[in-house]
Amino acid sequence: MRGAPRPGAWLVWGTVAFFLIFLAGVVGSVVVNSFAVNWFDTWLPGGWTTRWYGASWADFDLPSVLAVTFQVAVLVVAVSLLAGVPAAYALARRDFPGKRALTLLFLLPIMIPPVTYGIPLATVLYKFHLAGTMTGVVLANLVPSIPFVILVMTPFIEQIDPKVEAAARMCGATTRAVLTRILAPLLVPGMLAAGILVLVRTVGMFELTFLTAGPDSETLVVALYYSVSAAGIRAQQQVDAMAVVYTMSMLVLLVVALRFVNPTQLVTQIKETPGD
Amino acid sequence: MTPGAPAGPAPVAMRHRLAERGVDRMLLLLLPAAVFITALFLYPFLYGLQLSFQPQGGGVFENYARFFGDAYLRDTIATTLWLGVPAALLNVAVSVPLAYRMRGRFRGRRLLTTVLVVPITLGTVLTAEGLLTFLGPTGWFNRVVVGLGLADEPVRLTHNYWGVLFSLIITGFPFAFLLTLSYLRGIDPTLESAAATLGAGWWQRFRHITFPLLVPGLAITFCLSFVLAFSVFPSAILVGEPSGETRVISIAAYHAAFEQYDYSMGSAIAMIMGVVELVVIGLVLGWRATLYRGSSGGRG
Repeated sequence: MRGAPRPGAWLVWGTVAFFLIFLAGVVGSVVVNSFAVNWFDTWLPGGWTTRWYGASWADFDLPSVLAVTFQVAVLVVAVSLLAGVPAAYALARRDFPGKRALTLLFLLPIMIPPVTYGIPLATVLYKFHLAGTMTGVVLANLVPSIPFVILVMTPFIEQIDPKVEAAARMCGATTRAVLTRILAPLLVPGMLAAGILVLVRTVGMFELTFLTAGPDSETLVVALYYSVSAAGIRAQQQVDAMAVVYTMSMLVLLVVALRFVNPTQLVTQIKETPGD
Repeated sequence: MTPGAPAGPAPVAMRHRLAERGVDRMLLLLLPAAVFITALFLYPFLYGLQLSFQPQGGGVFENYARFFGDAYLRDTIATTLWLGVPAALLNVAVSVPLAYRMRGRFRGRRLLTTVLVVPITLGTVLTAEGLLTFLGPTGWFNRVVVGLGLADEPVRLTHNYWGVLFSLIITGFPFAFLLTLSYLRGIDPTLESAAATLGAGWWQRFRHITFPLLVPGLAITFCLSFVLAFSVFPSAILVGEPSGETRVISIAAYHAAFEQYDYSMGSAIAMIMGVVELVVIGLVLGWRATLYRGSSGGRG
């Protein structure tokens, strides 16, 4: 920043500090409680233990829930990339009649809240006996994921100069060679970014999975919701232990994601000075 | 575009005419995505729409009549808007000065952005659980408040409107902030420098240069934050008062469809929810269309 500190700086940093303290309080409460023997009307719990983690591992059948979550997320990422990237390529490179309508169709699932289309979608999936299965959960999660991939990839492809492809063609490259040796290497960073973001979104997607999942196809976040809303049956510490497991896995995903994606450059790519 | 021996004059001409308008085999690439979205989004949506006109009893519009006739159902719209609009407005309004401060480069910016993104990973459920403990009657927050003598007894902030609003801010703010920051960084900084050479102070530069260029992006940010806040579902149940003060429209829809097994009514409420949401978004985007959106602005 240039020049003297501007007025309001203290207010801004104060807001940030307040938000972070609040956040630390929220997360800290859950983490502390998950290690507590019991915690009633005191600053800190009466004793510490790790048994809630073991208990939630066994009681909630965490291994199978984690396996389901992993399978769903990987399938959703794979299918949405396979369907989304070609579509993004066509949208970025071609101007054709009906493009605006098609773009609107691809944008709507992002602009409409999941519960709105989730309820009719779940009804349809029940009709075809797909609800409650893993296929149903994957299909439901594709609805926001494919448009998301298109949304991320279209500007990314637009910034790849089409002359590169034209030059390769002129030098006699076949379509296949253009795809594998020119486009693929250029597209990989964007696909990686889109894929990781879809992964994070799918693992965290509550509404759609909640509406379409059955007992064998619950992902972690849905299992967590059931354990919270069934509070009283289970010790709260045990629920908190599971919430910590959930957050830790999301955090690992996020840290991986941030290695590949700079979140502040999702919308506009502005050239940074070299050496940044 | 299409080399090879012409089979006859007519098909070639047709193909050429189409290719000139941009229609060629490359558009087949759109097919998989279009099929998925049509089958999984458009078809269920239309199916739900027609299902909503087939009530379990009464005339075609029975579901809608029941919704707007029953205050318990009708009021869910106001409840949802009363949560969603302030949350989205607040998230955007706080993001602007924050992003304005942080758009430059300073030490630890990457760390700070990372920390601000963390709440996205928390998810609604952990946030709800954390808020219940942290803001609860014996939680740390009330201990501090009572300890400092700000209140005589613990402030009630969970299982009511405030709990849900806090949860919406915690999950929605990082998202709004990141989006605002990226719009802000898309604005050409030389414009502001030019204004500075003409003697504009920081407030004038912000008020007359940066802010007008940022507003279209802010409209988009508001819309996306509003969508997030509007679909509030788990937090309204867990930290709110799902049968009273925070009975939002998604709870009513879920209740009708999966607890009373009245899919028709559930679809009708879902449709109403979609319409209300699109009306708000439409108003904001309509207003945005009247603004300047040239190059060097925060695109979007």
